[in-house]
Amino acid sequence: MLTPRNRRELRKLGVGLVFISPWIVGFLALNLYPIIASFYYSLTRYSPISSPRFIGLFNYEKLLYFDPLFIKALTNTLYFVIFAVPLGNMLALALAVLLNQKVRGLSVFRTIFYLPSILPLVATSIVWTWLLHPQYGAVSVIMAELGLPIISWFSDPQWAKPALIMMNMWGTGWMMLIYLAALQDVPQELYDVASLDGASLWRKFRHVTVPMISPIILFNTIVGLIGAFQYFTEAYVITEGGPGDATLFYSLYLFNNAFAYFKMGYASAMAWLLFLVILVLTFLIFRSSAKRVYYHGN
Amino acid sequence: MFPNIGIKRANINNIVSFVLLVVLSAAFILPLFWMITTSLKPIDQLLLDPPVWIPTPFEFENYPKALEEQPFLQYLGNSLQIAVAAVIGAIISNSLVAYGFSRVEWKGRDAVFVLVLSTLMLPYHVVMIPLFVSFSTIGWVNTWLPLIVPAWLGHPFFIFMLRQFMLGIPKELSEATRIDGGSEWVLLTRVILPLCKPALATVALFQFIWSWNDFIGPLIYLNDRDLYPMSLGLALYHNSQGITDFSILMAASTMAVVPIILIFFFMQRVFIQGISLTGLKG
Repeated sequence: MLTPRNRRELRKLGVGLVFISPWIVGFLALNLYPIIASFYYSLTRYSPISSPRFIGLFNYEKLLYFDPLFIKALTNTLYFVIFAVPLGNMLALALAVLLNQKVRGLSVFRTIFYLPSILPLVATSIVWTWLLHPQYGAVSVIMAELGLPIISWFSDPQWAKPALIMMNMWGTGWMMLIYLAALQDVPQELYDVASLDGASLWRKFRHVTVPMISPIILFNTIVGLIGAFQYFTEAYVITEGGPGDATLFYSLYLFNNAFAYFKMGYASAMAWLLFLVILVLTFLIFRSSAKRVYYHGN
Repeated sequence: MFPNIGIKRANINNIVSFVLLVVLSAAFILPLFWMITTSLKPIDQLLLDPPVWIPTPFEFENYPKALEEQPFLQYLGNSLQIAVAAVIGAIISNSLVAYGFSRVEWKGRDAVFVLVLSTLMLPYHVVMIPLFVSFSTIGWVNTWLPLIVPAWLGHPFFIFMLRQFMLGIPKELSEATRIDGGSEWVLLTRVILPLCKPALATVALFQFIWSWNDFIGPLIYLNDRDLYPMSLGLALYHNSQGITDFSILMAASTMAVVPIILIFFFMQRVFIQGISLTGLKG
């Protein structure tokens, strides 16, 4: 027999579950089942016209030992992650710090920096193709004026990745906004005390601002990292992986395997490896930052 | 950020910051400026070396030409329909779910909520292939359903944001309604949701932008040109064009970008507030 108390608890549980039921359905159908299915597919040879055939760890072995393009895609992606994430983060923080100085026209500047990050990537990718055109692009004009050499950006294997990183930095506005909100929460007294001690601007930034916003730095780094590992649209639209596979990023190669070569099992193995890499890196970042991140209040 | 350091220093700092901001914003504006001026260039001024910054006269004809080249108006209409359907679903589903995670107390609630947040870390590519297989099995390929239905099942980011917002509403408000015999449903729709308007507006805006900008979804699921949203139509048009069509491409890109810019300007306050809401305080 249920006691009245238990019955009340049970009723509340029922009500709670009814309210979250859309998420439960979504979790099962859009997350849990696909994760398991994806792992199963990764152990099979599977094209959409035939049913999956179990082949053990063969896909993984092939990826790691016999597929130079996979290694290429992986190194391209690591290159992108290593530069794009810190640079985007630093630019976002620098912009936020500048905007936090109570300058004139704050809302205008904020709009200018934020807007690019919410515009459709396909459109902005096309715009950047044209912007960085070696002969007719605006950047070439400016560089020529400054006496700098002309660079073929997207058509030069050396420069294609830096060009994409540059474009990625242009879209860092959402991160800037998160930093700005965090900066506005740093108590003024801390700066006042630091001023009394004669601290320089840099020391205040280093010893007051950075520790106080460190949880946000951690958050932006992890979100940026997960996004950078899945970098796809710009490479698909602008360079299609070229020139000479210089911008064949992990997600692009995965997409090609799945939907151009119809190697669904092979692509699933790639997806699982990506998942593992992201999990391990996130874990390592959390671990190594534990001592350096400062959570105040609760 | 560094006030109280003497008026003179503060002034110099302000001037330096201001100059830096002007230079940086010029750099940030450049791509959009280049897009708009190129979209207004007559063909004979497009490929000049060195290029002209501002064409004379403006060639507004590029816009009707773009609309002739491709059914861009139809693409825009498709994008709008997909985005609105997703926005409606996002508002309904995320309100319900966030309510269940904040205003109803049940055993294991907070543990399940951690699970909700952990799904944020899941890369789309892990679920992409099985989802495609499932959706094709039930015949949803080449329809908008795979782009719309997931929005009706809640998103961890929105659930988190709305939950934080709902937790901030005093409990006594719920108790009063419950004592008056109001059901949870009445409580949600009459009391809680009206108080959540700013957060709901943020959900609507972000979902709209995500749906409008989504590219990989339409790329995977849509084959029929009549169903293409703007992002897909523009990308495929771009890949089929040569250099001489760039003023038309820029006109089309401008048309894809302008709705988002307009929405941003009309709802700027909600936007900024939304980021601060999700700005992970506490």
